[in-house]
This record gives sequence, structure tokens and C-alpha cells, in this order.
Amino acid sequence: MTELAVSAWGQPFFHNAVLAGTFIALAAGLVGYFLVLRAQIFTGDALSHVAFTGAMAALAGGYDLRLGLFVGCVAAGLLLAGIGRSGRADDVVIGSAFAWILGLGSFFLTLYTTSRSGAMGGAGTTVLFGSIFGLSTGQTLVAVLVAVAISAVVLLIARPLLFATVDESVAAARGVPVRVLGFGFLALVGACAGEATQAVGSLLLLGLLAAPAGAAIRLTDRPFRALALSGGLAVAELWAGLAASALIPSLPPSFAIMAAATAVYGATFLIRPQRAPLGTASPAAG
Amino acid sequence: MNPITGTPAAVTATRPETAPPAPTRAETPQPVLELRGAAARVGGRTLWSGVDLTVRAGEFVAVLGPNGVGKSTMVKVLLGVLPAAAGEVRVLGGQPGQSAGARIGYLPQRRSFDPSLRIRGLDVVRLGLDGDRWGVPLPFGAARRRDRERVAEAVDLVGAGAYAHRPIGQCSGGEQQRLLIAQALVRRPEVLLLDEPLDSLDLPNQSAVAALIGRICHQQGVAVVMVAHDVNPILHHLDRVVYLAEGGAVAGTPAEVITSETLTRLYRSPVEVLRTADGRLVVVGQPEAPSTHGGHHAAV
Amino acid sequence: MPQSDGPTAFSWNLLADFQQMWSYPFMVNAFRAGAVVAVVAGAVGWFMVLRRQTFAGHTLSMVAFPGAAFATLVGMSLSLGYFGFCVAAALAIAGLRRDGQPGGAGESAATGVVQAFLLACGYLFMALYKGLLEGPQALLFGSFLGITGDQVLILAAVAIAVLAVLAVMGRQLLFASVDPQVAAGRGVRVRLLSTLFLVLLGAATAEAAQITGALLVFALMVLPAATAQQLTARPGRSLLLSVAIGLAVTWLGLLAAFYWPYPLGFFVSTFAFAAFLAAHAARALAGVRARQGRPALLGGAA
Repeated sequence: MTELAVSAWGQPFFHNAVLAGTFIALAAGLVGYFLVLRAQIFTGDALSHVAFTGAMAALAGGYDLRLGLFVGCVAAGLLLAGIGRSGRADDVVIGSAFAWILGLGSFFLTLYTTSRSGAMGGAGTTVLFGSIFGLSTGQTLVAVLVAVAISAVVLLIARPLLFATVDESVAAARGVPVRVLGFGFLALVGACAGEATQAVGSLLLLGLLAAPAGAAIRLTDRPFRALALSGGLAVAELWAGLAASALIPSLPPSFAIMAAATAVYGATFLIRPQRAPLGTASPAAG
Repeated sequence: MNPITGTPAAVTATRPETAPPAPTRAETPQPVLELRGAAARVGGRTLWSGVDLTVRAGEFVAVLGPNGVGKSTMVKVLLGVLPAAAGEVRVLGGQPGQSAGARIGYLPQRRSFDPSLRIRGLDVVRLGLDGDRWGVPLPFGAARRRDRERVAEAVDLVGAGAYAHRPIGQCSGGEQQRLLIAQALVRRPEVLLLDEPLDSLDLPNQSAVAALIGRICHQQGVAVVMVAHDVNPILHHLDRVVYLAEGGAVAGTPAEVITSETLTRLYRSPVEVLRTADGRLVVVGQPEAPSTHGGHHAAV
Repeated sequence: MPQSDGPTAFSWNLLADFQQMWSYPFMVNAFRAGAVVAVVAGAVGWFMVLRRQTFAGHTLSMVAFPGAAFATLVGMSLSLGYFGFCVAAALAIAGLRRDGQPGGAGESAATGVVQAFLLACGYLFMALYKGLLEGPQALLFGSFLGITGDQVLILAAVAIAVLAVLAVMGRQLLFASVDPQVAAGRGVRVRLLSTLFLVLLGAATAEAAQITGALLVFALMVLPAATAQQLTARPGRSLLLSVAIGLAVTWLGLLAAFYWPYPLGFFVSTFAFAAFLAAHAARALAGVRARQGRPALLGGAA
């Protein structure tokens, strides 16, 4: 067991996983905070379906998997932003449509696996559940750059986005481009979903988006502290997951990361949220 | 208790971004809002017209009228969100919308926060100060201290210190409304536009919030334009009222406007204003605007 | 895949095709299982859509995957894994709901975390079970291969039990779903019904997951019911229609999956979604016609 762990630490695939995973988790934590705050978790769920189908369609069509991933997720994010504003379509309709999209993904998967050699059979599992230990150096570089860009944009729009989320009408009166921010944010969520799929897979990306953010929101009522905490927790949980799966080789990294994230989120339910005692609080202390 | 009135010199010193010299506004009130023959049209229908109104610093004006007559539209015109269909509208000496932001505080119609929203009241007030700036606030530096003091000052002014640290979703309706008024006040605006701030508050809270707005208006020299459903909670604090009707409007002091004669002339149908023993006004026979059905409107 | 099993090319001689298909015992089992599942899912799903509990159904379907994967790992019967996990999860949801109505940002984050964790557990069980050839796809996207006679018997037994309970409490459940407060006032035990229904939902989800796969349970649980409710407002007729649509969609899906090498869940969800869209379009068209018809009538009168 120990030799295996030592060997995993030294391997280039592990370095790639840590490097890419750190920045992907950071981006997911930052985006996830606003996703939870804006109560758009359902969007994350929908994007996880699109991520799978997009990646499979790209593979079946002979393109790079990541092309389908990003194009599919960003387009779906923008589409959902459009629907969410005007139509407010029924949950049943959206849920059914995305179930069908997932079915379509299974069609592309079969199309791909039957048209190629048998060695490609693992592609579906890779996209569904991620294979962070399978990232090449080139893929790592792209993943890091995209994740850094996503994080930078989230930080840039953080304050107006918070304003628009908490208090839309006043923000609009103060000249915050509320609608553009809404679209831009869901496009960011789409890009982030594409990133997270490479780390934990399309089925589990919802957990990476929701768990650190949910925990951070339970731990602090201060928005920017919660934002930083969400990003930090996501990175820490990813590191814990990678370390665990390096120590226990039979543990898939995706499961270990989700287990760490779920454990932290669950632990926040044991801590009662701190609250300033009534009457003694001084507003200047903020 | 009140840092703004307590030390006026300090206030002007920490107010470099305000263009006109502030101290003049208490002594010789300049018109901050001027409407001359203003009218509003929404979707091809004229809501109101012929509104002549001058509001000076430190004046408290109520916008009254039946449901659907375009009271909130008046606020939108003053904010510059909707252009006036006719006449002239000047806000702080310029076109509406030009100097919005820092110098106008705006409180939209009743918003309720999700009970599970875990953001402190302080942070909501703080967003009123810098929420439209890009980036994240830095956790250090002189600007941070100054911003914190500004937020604390606004929270003190509305007396929300006891609960500003709680998540806003867990505050009561009256507490949320006070925090939102603090948010509108945090940039020390010269004009405060309030859209039905007393709606959905219980009676004691209505009179307390009304008294708070009156105090801010008269002590801070802030011009207040408040859309109201019921004139009674604010009657004692008011300087002027604007009564809107389909196609017309009448402005003046409450004693001039809220009378049977004036309102009968305005609505071209018999309207009776009754005064109850405890000084409340009751308007009987006021017609509903044609576009709304079943909106019930017993008292003014 | 069945193509390698024998001469199963699709010809337009439907009778011959059917006889050929029927000569494979696993296909007969699949059709029987499909019929049983479609009836249960159509009936329970109809109440689920009526009660707006699709989210609970979604969560329960996520439980089906780790259930089946766990059963594979420890070597017990798949049926036990499906039913055990889904019914246990239904009881857990019913227990948690007692604290208050779900809703708000925090709740939805919790749901997202729980769903992702369940899927991750399923993946862990699959990864620990090394002898797997096809990967988790069959469990996620459905397969008709290897349905045994015993499995059909279990499906049928559970189906009879579910339908019997549903028949006994159907009228009260309808009342409690449409108007819970009045129903409670009339002495209907709304909370008990709600818990019982969640257990039925767990059992029905476990059944549907064995045909469509855990990820595509919506295809049999939601779409036939939503389609039927589009087409008619009468409860009895709509319930029967829901069952009929489910049955048609499942058998068509089996037929297609036998001749083409794509997952059963894909065909079932595609047919169900097509029916749903067709119903929507038909209703929209009827609405337009009614709106166009009215001015013409008025014009004729004037």
C-alpha cells in the first residue's frame, strides 16, 4: 500500500491531476457559490446532462471531446438563461427534455463505441464519472488556463452579480446590467461544467458545484467571505480526494473527491450557524 | 446618536464626490425636483398628465391616487427609466437619469427576501454603497474602513443596529424595510424615491417607519417623494401631496388637495372626504383606474 | 448486442419479425417485464405528476444506480438492490420532509449534493466490482438483455402489490393531492397517504429503472403521465391513457432496441418524448383553432 502511494505521488499523471484539479475546483467553488445563492442548482443539474451528450456527440463526430463539452454546456447555459427569464417553463417539461438529452447521449455513446475499435469502450464511463488521472500535460495546461479565466471573470463580476442577485430592482436602477450579468453568469456556469466534467465527470459535477458552496453558505453570512471559503473548500476537498485515492488505489478519485465534499457539507449541519446575540451587536464591527 | 446631523462639518469633509456644495441645502432650499406639465404614457395609454410640482430639499411629498393610475410610473420617470411623454422634468438641475446613482436613493415596491437567504442585513446595505462597482472589495485599506463607517452610520440612522448582523431572510418585514431604507440612504442621497414602503407592514410598524422617513427628511434635508396607498400613516409628516387621476393631476398641501371639492373636480365624479374623530382621512367614491379590476381601495 | 445473436435483421414483414423475436426467450421476458413496468410506472407516475413530486422521483432514480451496483458487487440479486435501496430512500425522504416543506437555496444545494454523492457511490461499487465488461452503461441507460423469468416474477409480484395499494387508496390520494387542506378537514390522513405514496414511488422507480436505466426513469414515470394530462382533464381517462402510452412506448422501444444496437433507454425516452411533444403540439394547434374560430363566429353573428 505504501509503495503504491509513493509511486503515485511521483507520477506525472498525479502532478497533472493536482495542477488541473486545483484550478478546476477553484473555479467550481467560486461559480458554485453564486449558483447556490441564485437558487439555480437545477441549471447545474441540466448542464450535467448536456455535458455528457455534448462530449459523446463530439466523439461520435470525430472531434475532440472537450469541444463538444464546452460548446454544448455554454450553449445550454445561454438557452436556460433565455427560458428562465421569459417563459418560466414547467419543471416537468425541462426535466423530461433533459432526460431525453441524456438518452441521446447514450445513443451517441453506442454510435461511438460500435464505430471504433473495442478499446474505446471506457469513453462513456470517462465522461460520466471523470478520469482526472488520465489528463495529459497538454490537456492539463488548457484546463488550468480555462479555469483561471473563469475564476478571474467571476471575481471581476462578483460585486455587481451579488447586487443583482440579492436586490435586482435596485441594482437595475443603479445601472447594473442585470440581464447581461444573468446571461454571462450562466455562460460561465456552462464553461465551468465543461471543466468540472474533466475532473469528476458529468454526473458528479453538480456535487462539486453545490457541496463547497452549500457548506460555505452555512458557515458564514458574509458574502465575500463565503465566496472565498467556497473556493478554498473546493480546492481542499479535491486535494483530500486525490490524496485518498493515491493512498488507496482501488478508490476512484471522483468518488473520493465527492466523498470529501459530501463529508464537509454534512459536517456543517452539525455546527449550528453562528449568530450575533440580539441587542449586543454593533453594526460598526462588520 | 446621529452622526450626520451631529457633525455637519465632518459630513461635508467626507463628501468629496458630491458636485454641488452641500451646506446650502438646509438654509436656502433649491428645487431638487421640478415637473412642468409632465405626462406619462405606457403602452399608448396616457396615465397622468399636467403634473406641476416643485420639491425642495427637506420636503416630504406623497404621490397618491387609485390603483393602476401610474404612481410607480412617476418614480420611474424621476429615475429616468421611463421618459416623460410631455412637459419638462428636471432632477437635481439636470435631465432625469443623468445624475442617478450617488445622489438619488431608490426603494422599489415591496421586495421580500427568501427566508433561507444567508446574507447579513449589513451586506445588503453595503451593496447600496458599492454594489455597482466591478471586482471584489479588498479586505484591507483605508477605503474599507471608510465604507464600513458609512454603512454603520446608515444602519444607526434607521435604528437597525440590533439586527443588522442577522441574515436578512430571518428579519421581520419591518426590520427588512428599515434595512432597505438604510441601503437607499447609504450614499447620502439628496433625493429619496420610495415606492409604497409601508405596504404589507403592520400598523405599529407603518407609523414607526413613516416617522423615521419624516425624521430623515426634515433633519437631514433629504427631499422625499413617496408613493403611498394610504395617506394616514404619513399625514403628519407631509409637506405636499400629488394626487394623480386618469389624464390629470393636482398638487399642493394636504389641506388643499385632500378635500371633497378638489377631488370631485379632479375625478369629475362625486368624491367625499371624511375626517374621522381621530384625525384620519377617508375618501369615498374615488373611481378605480379602468385597467385594474377588483383592486380594493377603501381608504386613501 | 443482439445483432450477433442471430439473423435479426429488420424486414418489413412484421409478422415474421415478431415471430423471430418471440423465438428468443430473453425477448419474451423483456416484453413481459416491459408490460409490467409500464403499467406500474404509468399509474404511479400519473399521481407523481399530479402531486408535483417529480423531484422526489428524480432523487429516487438516482438511488437506483448505487442500489443495483451494490447488488452486483456483493453478489445478491439485482431486484433486491433496486427495491431495497429505492424503498429505503423513499422512507428517508418521507422522514426528512416532516421537518417542513422543502424549498430555498440551501435545500436545493443539499439535494444536489445528495444526488451527486449517490451516483458517486454507484461508481465506487462498479469500480470495486472488477469483473464488469460493459461498464455502468447498462445500469444507467437500460438494457433488456438477461432479464430472467424469476426477475419477471418479482417485478409482477411487486407490481400487483403496488397497484393493489394504489387501488385501495386511489380516491383519497386524488383528493389529498388536489386539495390537501380540504381533504385533511374531511378526515383524510394526508400525511400517512403521503408517506405511503413515497414508498409506492420508490417501488415504481425501482421497477422503471430496470427497463430504462437509472438515468432515464423520467421516460416512463413522467412523460406518459404528462402526455396524458395534456390530452384529457378527466382523472380516470387520463390515468388509463398514461398506462396505455407507457405500454406502447416500452414495447416500441423494445422492438427498436432488438433490431438496432442502441440502448433501450434511448429508444424509450425518445418515443416518450416524441409523444409528449406531439400532445403539446396538438393542444397548441387546438388552442389556435379555437381562437381563430371565435372571431369568425362573432363576425357571422354581427
